[in-house]
Amino acid sequence: MTDTVAHAAGTPDVEQPYDELGLTEDEYGRIREILGRRPTSAELAMYSVMWSEHCSYKSSKVHLRQFGEKTTDEMREKLLVGIGENAGVVDIGDGWAVTFKVESHNHPSYVEPYQGAATGVGGIVRDILAMGARPVAVMDQLRFGAIDHPDTARVVHGVVAGVGGYGNCLGLPNIGGEVVFDPVYQGNPLVNALSVGALRHEDLHVSAASGEGNLVILFGARTGGDGIGGVSVLASETFDETGPSKRPSVQVGDPFAEKVLIECCLELYASGIVVGIQDLGGAGLSCATSEMASNGGTGMRVRLDTVPLRDSSLAPEEILMSESQERMMAVIRPEDAETFFAITGKWDVEATVVGEVTGDDRLVITWHDEVVVDVPPRTVAHEGPVYNRPFARPAELDVLQADAAEDLPRPATGDELRATLLRLAASANLSSRSWVTDQYDRYVLGNTAQAMPDDAGVVRIDETTGRGVALSTDCNGRFVRLDPYHGAQLALAEAYRNVATAGATPLAVTDCLNFGSPEDPGVMWQFDEAVRGLADGCQTLGVPVTGGNVSFYNQTGESPIHPTPVVGVLGVMDDVTRRTPSGWKDAGQALYLLGVTREELSGSEWAWVEHAHLGGTPPRVDLEAERVLGQILVNASRDGLVDAAHDLSDGGLAQALVESCLRYDVGARVWLDEVTGRDGVDAFVALFSESAARVLVAVPRSEEVRFTDMCTARRFPHAKVGVTDDSGSLEVQGQFEIGLEELRAAWEPTLARTFGE
Amino acid sequence: MRVGVVTFPGSLDDRDAARAVRHAGGEPVALWHGDADLHGVDAVVLPGGFSYGDYLRCGAIARFAPVMGPLVDAARGGLPVLGICNGFQVLCEAHLLPGALVRNDSRLFVCRDQRLRVENAGTAWTAEFGDGEEIVVPLKNGEGGYVADDRTLDELEGEGRVVVRYVGDNPNGSYRDIAGISNERGNVVGLMPHPEHATEPVFGPGTDGLRFFTSVLRGVLTA
Repeated sequence: MTDTVAHAAGTPDVEQPYDELGLTEDEYGRIREILGRRPTSAELAMYSVMWSEHCSYKSSKVHLRQFGEKTTDEMREKLLVGIGENAGVVDIGDGWAVTFKVESHNHPSYVEPYQGAATGVGGIVRDILAMGARPVAVMDQLRFGAIDHPDTARVVHGVVAGVGGYGNCLGLPNIGGEVVFDPVYQGNPLVNALSVGALRHEDLHVSAASGEGNLVILFGARTGGDGIGGVSVLASETFDETGPSKRPSVQVGDPFAEKVLIECCLELYASGIVVGIQDLGGAGLSCATSEMASNGGTGMRVRLDTVPLRDSSLAPEEILMSESQERMMAVIRPEDAETFFAITGKWDVEATVVGEVTGDDRLVITWHDEVVVDVPPRTVAHEGPVYNRPFARPAELDVLQADAAEDLPRPATGDELRATLLRLAASANLSSRSWVTDQYDRYVLGNTAQAMPDDAGVVRIDETTGRGVALSTDCNGRFVRLDPYHGAQLALAEAYRNVATAGATPLAVTDCLNFGSPEDPGVMWQFDEAVRGLADGCQTLGVPVTGGNVSFYNQTGESPIHPTPVVGVLGVMDDVTRRTPSGWKDAGQALYLLGVTREELSGSEWAWVEHAHLGGTPPRVDLEAERVLGQILVNASRDGLVDAAHDLSDGGLAQALVESCLRYDVGARVWLDEVTGRDGVDAFVALFSESAARVLVAVPRSEEVRFTDMCTARRFPHAKVGVTDDSGSLEVQGQFEIGLEELRAAWEPTLARTFGE
Repeated sequence: MRVGVVTFPGSLDDRDAARAVRHAGGEPVALWHGDADLHGVDAVVLPGGFSYGDYLRCGAIARFAPVMGPLVDAARGGLPVLGICNGFQVLCEAHLLPGALVRNDSRLFVCRDQRLRVENAGTAWTAEFGDGEEIVVPLKNGEGGYVADDRTLDELEGEGRVVVRYVGDNPNGSYRDIAGISNERGNVVGLMPHPEHATEPVFGPGTDGLRFFTSVLRGVLTA
């Protein structure tokens, strides 16, 4: 029989499976307290998914507040919608706004790589769509186990095919991202996905149910039995090797349904009849109904038996927990129903009135006329438990930091430097990513001005003026492991710098905070440090965090992943045709290295590839230098002073030279004397140090004076380190020379050779 | 000069095809899959994408769309029709062009800037190229391997109906490196690469693709 509210009130002693659903005894007790009785099985299902770590942010909330507190009024100026909505919205000028967010889909992608990754893309795109925006691009941040581990290929093939299969079929260009291999991600790969959308200011929509008597409509795909408990038993628990398969908790995606849903939603927005809109993602109907009612300060009455099902045998609690994809919920006025159904009909999208907005501040859900849920919506959506988890700096960090990579044996001769450069260029993380990125459509929609392998993806938003945005996401997990506060700032600095190298003014930040278990005080300390570092860094750089996602429980048994706060920075350009690529096209240009090189090798790609070493402290953070460097790059792009700009990060100057030469097959002569003399470092350090706040630029001869004058005026260190030429080789004078063919043969084939054709 | 661009559910490059028509100086006209009317257009583009999700076989459902009725008749009567990627697949399924497109031999989706050779500059869509001219346009598909029996392939080659061929590495296992073909009359052309993504500097690998669209505009004006 159905567990109705009346039945629950009369049977207080029935044992309920709160533990299997991921709730603690205390949390279960609190639900009973709120309701003044035991919850029905449907109510228990709702609370269990909405109070999960993934949905409620119960362990992170107290830390995330800093992002709001450290956002100044000046930073808020361009912010139309901040943290808390489906995605943040930023004013980019001329009446245009963009909305963007990065989210995790880690655990599903390990259990079922293709569908996990595919629905990760689908979910973030719907978040963007729900703000009233047309999604215009996606990016993906992927971290896998060791490149040579037997299980890695399974995950790589599935995830890459899933990201591509969904995104390509959806018609959104993939304009960049990250692919990183490290044994710490072996049992817990990271699959993060970012989407960005564009809208006119007046098209902004919110997920609030308002207007008593208004209709609540569920539209899109039918509800099935997939993804039940995805946010709770899958996303909010640590994997162990003995447990049952969690594959049924992974959703199954249908990109065609989502493509049609996008066009249908945009036509609905254009008709002006949408009062409120919300996508169905994590926690499905439980989330959409409770959040919309809570946001609107209203109540809602939903007839659960009217929800169209793929599987007619689903029970009420399963319908409430299902995370079936490609579904949206809208609130409209009754008199607009005809228009609404005409539009959904045109796109062959199934739409059903499942309830209405009420004025009584209760979310009431019935199942064949019996009440199975009767709760205050706020208690489900916004008043979940909040934990101040204990945190403590792990004692072993001192030992780790004392073991500096600067003490490792290093190459000394020109031949040794040459061999080192080639080995690094061919390594798992520095080699060409094209085997992955060539599986993604970067052209569709016709507005991509720049995509991978350039430092930042650039898309046009306004076809008449050329106004557009640049995006980059970065994180070096090794740096964060060594020093979470500064490591997180280095991630921010790198993404900020990459956006500036493209010529865009950095405007706003999104983050996806991937960490181990919050129940481990050491992990919680990493989290607190990283959030504080990021919030402080954003304040210094004047770019607000607009939203993002926290993913905990990324660990295998007791071993957490490297703390991996992926940071995405969005910048704006008046005219994207002025964007600066990361490689030079012409011979005869002057190469300048901007910034100071220090002996900073700890956590570097060199230490990892050559010595399998991780220890010491990461490169120094200088956000003031990053800011000035950013201004120089943006001005240089606007005034046409540079033809190429490449950020120096993983692999240092050596890797930047490799990538910039191979981008358009134009070589370079490089001399290091000025840098080694000025900065007091040797040639090896000049080539492989990963000091931050540095960029390599190619300057046309005719602009050299203006460019160096600008650097001088801003007192920013700059040194001429070479010229581009058509010799077909990369020469570091006095050290070595490598033909571009040999360089390409080292750099290009690694991933293709490892993973297939 | 009005060029229709058909939108099926799941069409993705329809706006891009319309933009390319504008770049070439024509007026794009949106045609809807469910509307069995060509609205008097002078030429039609079937754009890329995944019509109806392509879950059965690429283009297999789209060929039954109401708009295809008048389109097939008009194409047989000489209306210039260009099928790009999914549009090429639809033209093959509709038997306006011979052969079929199958899964890439690599089994992977491939997106890259592709070098092509224009083998026949005599069709309605290639008149502004020179015979043998090499161009670069984006290629992006998962099922772009062109296949046909030997007799058909010999016929296509013998009659000059191979319009464009891949140069360098064959990206998808297409027989005889065929990237695009035409019907006997030369008014219907299908190709896997995407010329509409090479019509504007910066937003593609160049502007080589533009001439597919200027060719048809000039042809229609002089016809």
